Amino acid sequence: MEEIGLIHYLSVAAALFGLGLFTVMTRKNAVGILLGVELILNAAALNFVAFEHFVAGGVSGQVFTVFIIVLAASEAAIALAIVLQVYRNHRSIMADQLTSLKN
Amino acid sequence: METRTFDNVASLAYFAPELGLIAAVLLLVVWDLASPARLKIAGLVVISLAALAWSGGMGAYFLAKDAGPHELFHGLLAFDRFSNLFRVIFAFVTGAIVLFSVPPRGPGVAPELRRDQGEFFTLILVLSLGMNLMAASRHLLLIYLSLELVSVMSFVLAGFKINDARSSEGALKYVIFGGVASGIMLYGMSWIFGITASMHLGECAARIAALTAQQGKVPEVVFVGTACMLAGFGYKISAAPFHMWTPDVYEGAPTPVTAFLSVGPKAAGFAVLVRFFSDALGAGSASPAVATPWPVLAGCLAMATMTIGNLSALGQENVKRMLAYSSIAHAGYMLLGFSVFSDAGVAAIAFYIVTYCFMNLGAFMVVMAVAEQSGGDETLSAFRGLGRRAPLVAAAMVVFLVSLTGLPPTAGFVGKFYLFSALLTAGGAWRWVLAIVGVVNSVISLFYYARVLRAMYLEKGERTEPVAVRPLLGATTCALAVPTLLLGVYWGPVYDFVASSLSMLR
Repeated sequence: MEEIGLIHYLSVAAALFGLGLFTVMTRKNAVGILLGVELILNAAALNFVAFEHFVAGGVSGQVFTVFIIVLAASEAAIALAIVLQVYRNHRSIMADQLTSLKN
Repeated sequence: METRTFDNVASLAYFAPELGLIAAVLLLVVWDLASPARLKIAGLVVISLAALAWSGGMGAYFLAKDAGPHELFHGLLAFDRFSNLFRVIFAFVTGAIVLFSVPPRGPGVAPELRRDQGEFFTLILVLSLGMNLMAASRHLLLIYLSLELVSVMSFVLAGFKINDARSSEGALKYVIFGGVASGIMLYGMSWIFGITASMHLGECAARIAALTAQQGKVPEVVFVGTACMLAGFGYKISAAPFHMWTPDVYEGAPTPVTAFLSVGPKAAGFAVLVRFFSDALGAGSASPAVATPWPVLAGCLAMATMTIGNLSALGQENVKRMLAYSSIAHAGYMLLGFSVFSDAGVAAIAFYIVTYCFMNLGAFMVVMAVAEQSGGDETLSAFRGLGRRAPLVAAAMVVFLVSLTGLPPTAGFVGKFYLFSALLTAGGAWRWVLAIVGVVNSVISLFYYARVLRAMYLEKGERTEPVAVRPLLGATTCALAVPTLLLGVYWGPVYDFVASSLSMLR
């Protein structure tokens, strides 16, 4: 049986990245779009850990990943607060119904 | 001079400007809670301005002393003339925004305008700190962290008018777009890290140079990683195709925040873009042995950005939205200088940023002064007859708009002149195409700027009584108009100073 190596991790990360982009582009619900953003961030985090383990061999990739996790959490907090605010003002969080700013 | 790397303790002396900003942020939070109501806003303004004066003053002191280049915190941050020049620029911009955000006083002013000012000034100062770090980062981790620091603060500031539907909608679009852009940038960074096994830009450069020499071309992985990272940088400077958030956010956000976003983070984005390309990719090296794809990539970005920005600005009725599109176009002009990858190009960008600070901040300040007197109306109709109703402010607006168009005798003309001269000195058919597109775009921009001029001087509005502009806004507007004119006729010392500050690209 083949060992699980760098290429497998990179494939999973690339798939996550693609799914994240797809989610962002197709979802109408603001919370759904934010979930897609989380997938993209996780793809990058997985890449960092994999490259660190197989290529660089130190800890900086892991450290970077910890920072990504922390910042993803803080960004999600801000984003959800803004979503709440949008709901209060518009009574909707569907992206296609937010049209008060248009040419 | 040889670059020295300092450890954490030795770095602190060179980190003093940012330490001052951090101290001021903490002080602002305490002052907001503990101060008497009557002195509150005055205190907030004084603390903020003092911290910015410290930060900018230290930057100027380092520049005068010709300190550096060093590397701080084991190579995380660069300390060189480039970062010090941007410290001065950011301190100036943030100081203008602080003056700009002082809420009106007296009877008849809506109380919500004077609410939450403590948070507002705190966020502005944190943003300024983030921009300083952006211009200095020399490590992938620091690039990401400082970019996120600036982004997250901008999201909150864009949605600061919490009961305004347009403000919160703009903030939501901003947070979604910012999140996606920084995610794509991170993914690109992970590939750069994967192929170079290092996060330090200098070590990345050495490894990429070795690989390029070995393969005879720039490795595909580096190209893909850089293209992904351009999403993050491009969104910060609002370059096409990452500009979609710009008009909505700029229209919805409070006007001081709009002015700030259109100048500060954009300049910081250019700083980090230039540093990444010259330090990590070695794009500025004198004679690259192999052809690199970067000049063509940057040139295409520049052309798309200015064309889209200018064409979209043509039909806008809302002046704030029009200025948002115009700020996209100006990012395009600056990208022209970037696409040359030479000392002259970088000097031209930096000088353009200086002139752009004056003219764009001034234009937004006039929009704010006018909107304040017309019940929040930011459309062209609020500007009708302004030439008679508020002659001084209207005259200042003429200076700013002429300068934004790039006509002599204003700072904008000189800035554009240096951008185009850097482009044509480098030579080649591709550069000529870029320059011609740039000139055509400048002509297009005259149409929409002239619409505001026509509304101010040739059209009659429903209201004819004089506009009572607040003294603080009027004085700051004039203070910005004077250098806009002055730099148009006597720019030599400023340009020399800026150009001599940028010996980074070698």
